[in-house]
Amino acid sequence: MTSPALTAASLHDMIADLLGMPGALLPILHRVQEKLGFVPREALALIANELNLSRAEVHGVMTFYHDFRETPPGKTVVKVCQAEACQAMGAEKLTKHACKRLGTEMHHTSASGAYTLEPTYCLGNCALSPAIMIDGHLHGRVTQERFDALIEARQA
Amino acid sequence: MAIKVFVPRDSAALSVGADAVAAALVTEAARHNEAVTLVRNGSRGLLWLEPLVEVETPAGRVAYGPVTPECVPALFQANFLQGGTHALRLGVTEDIPYLKRQERLTFARVGITDPLSLDDYLAHGGYRGLRNALDLPGDQVVAAVTTSGLRGRGGAAFPTGIKWKTVLNTAATQKYVVCNADEGDSGTFSDRMVMEGDPFVLIEGMTVAGVAVGATRGYIYLRSEYPYAFRTLNAAIDAANGRGYLGENVLGSGKAFHLEVRLGAGAYICGEETAMLESLEGKRGIVRFKPPLPAIEGLFGKPTVINNVISFASVPIIMDKGGEFYRDFGMGRSRGTLPFQLAGNIKHGGLVEKAFGLTLRELLYDYGGGSATGRPIRAVQVGGPLGAYLPESQFDVPLDYEAYIGISAMIGHGGVVAFDDTVDMAKMARYAMEFCAIESCGKCTPCRIGSTRGVEVVDKIIAERERAANVQLLRELCDTMLHGSLCALGGMTPFPVLSALNHFPEDFGITREGIAA
Repeated sequence: MTSPALTAASLHDMIADLLGMPGALLPILHRVQEKLGFVPREALALIANELNLSRAEVHGVMTFYHDFRETPPGKTVVKVCQAEACQAMGAEKLTKHACKRLGTEMHHTSASGAYTLEPTYCLGNCALSPAIMIDGHLHGRVTQERFDALIEARQA
Repeated sequence: MAIKVFVPRDSAALSVGADAVAAALVTEAARHNEAVTLVRNGSRGLLWLEPLVEVETPAGRVAYGPVTPECVPALFQANFLQGGTHALRLGVTEDIPYLKRQERLTFARVGITDPLSLDDYLAHGGYRGLRNALDLPGDQVVAAVTTSGLRGRGGAAFPTGIKWKTVLNTAATQKYVVCNADEGDSGTFSDRMVMEGDPFVLIEGMTVAGVAVGATRGYIYLRSEYPYAFRTLNAAIDAANGRGYLGENVLGSGKAFHLEVRLGAGAYICGEETAMLESLEGKRGIVRFKPPLPAIEGLFGKPTVINNVISFASVPIIMDKGGEFYRDFGMGRSRGTLPFQLAGNIKHGGLVEKAFGLTLRELLYDYGGGSATGRPIRAVQVGGPLGAYLPESQFDVPLDYEAYIGISAMIGHGGVVAFDDTVDMAKMARYAMEFCAIESCGKCTPCRIGSTRGVEVVDKIIAERERAANVQLLRELCDTMLHGSLCALGGMTPFPVLSALNHFPEDFGITREGIAA
């Protein structure tokens, strides 16, 4: 998928209210990803132009942070916590199960384009581990059965 | 009159179905023609009981939990709106031992009030601290914070008052207050609970800092993994702006304080204060050299107060009741209280705010009730991914900053992650190195390269290749990282690794003396 609609004018409109902010680059990248689902390559030069930065600087910032994607994600983004508290309650097994159930490896999108599976390091739900996040919604005490039920509920 | 029913909006409660419970309660109340006022409060922190529903009765708030949507009709049949008996009834909330034995200063309102109601905040003692602070010159506010003995709750435990004093005494055309809300340590969620459960206390604490040191702008740097906290904070800031508690003229004092939330983007290193400043400035989160200290040259090169959420959230009660009041809790040089977070393989996970000086054993067993799996607790990581793993023989060391340093451990942000006896400590040591490799900013070599080499060496040990020699190599690598890294990420990753090696050598196939077993 490309974003043919992304022009200098449309990008400007998307981020115009953020341009006056001190240190605007992260809020801008968040906005672009929120609107498009990812930060397309052609956006980098346009953002650089708006902020009077080099394209390399914008690319450097974008690739530093785990959140920003260079390619569109699947329809549903599933993040499985890999940190210690979740490990103590079986995150490793849950991760393996998630890979199998969603038909994809960590950091990848399933062939159907339905799911993107990503690791995350702490969702702040450590007393109710293992924890996952599905499209921005937090879930705790996730057993394999509960994982399947949550995925099915998302499809419905 | 409508009966008040409380269902938390805290994301931990939501993660186990609080919204569905709230919806079921509303439906069932309508079916029974009962007038009910639904309040979405913060969480009481008894997280294993979430969703914890409370009903206001003449005897006090009565708790039921964990409630599922399916058992809501039965609750109505049991007359729970009058505090009726049911299998899920836990009694008067305040009398539940887990809660009753706590010393809640910073968390005084969390779980009790509606987090988005400024009136509720005011009715429960909110903004008294700021009003006091506005009546005092800046140096007296700083003096009160110094008297309280408050030390940075993010983990580094640096005295807050000294930091503020430096900013106060540094002349500049612009100063900043930045809240580090990049709570990335596994096993910690107290920042999140405050931001979701009592956001005004954080806003008030930051405003006190601003008016005290002469900073007119504040930022909350919030991790992107906390979308619920983001929405709650923004709503609370809007409310505070609307009522003159923030803005150009804070409570008519003539002093300005503007506050804004900025989202991180999934980089653990941005919890390091200088990397966080870089990120706020729109750059890669690369650690800065110190000096200059951020208190002198911080955000955009200007003097900046940087504190953790819990540090700021502890300021209002200090300004309300006085530095002495707060200082009288705790032990040694660890004054006041710390909201400990019980997590991982623990039966009763949640938030326990206590004065310093209690022990891990009390937390794990008196509060936590032992492991969730029912197996013996073998190792406990205290203080996040950079904290040491403690064996049972160290469970009785008092939780005090200095006492923990004495056993090469750290209290950090107060996260306690329990593991049962199925844990493989060589794997946990490997994970510590792997995590450092994933999250290293790359500026200094010991952290950037050392962590990757560390994973490789642990892999060799796990694969039983020249174990004794590789353990020695791992120790030397840890020594290099410990002494040669620029910040705490590379500098403290050796703590979990070395503690695993020292306390659980059998998992590495060696004896305590480092000889291959």
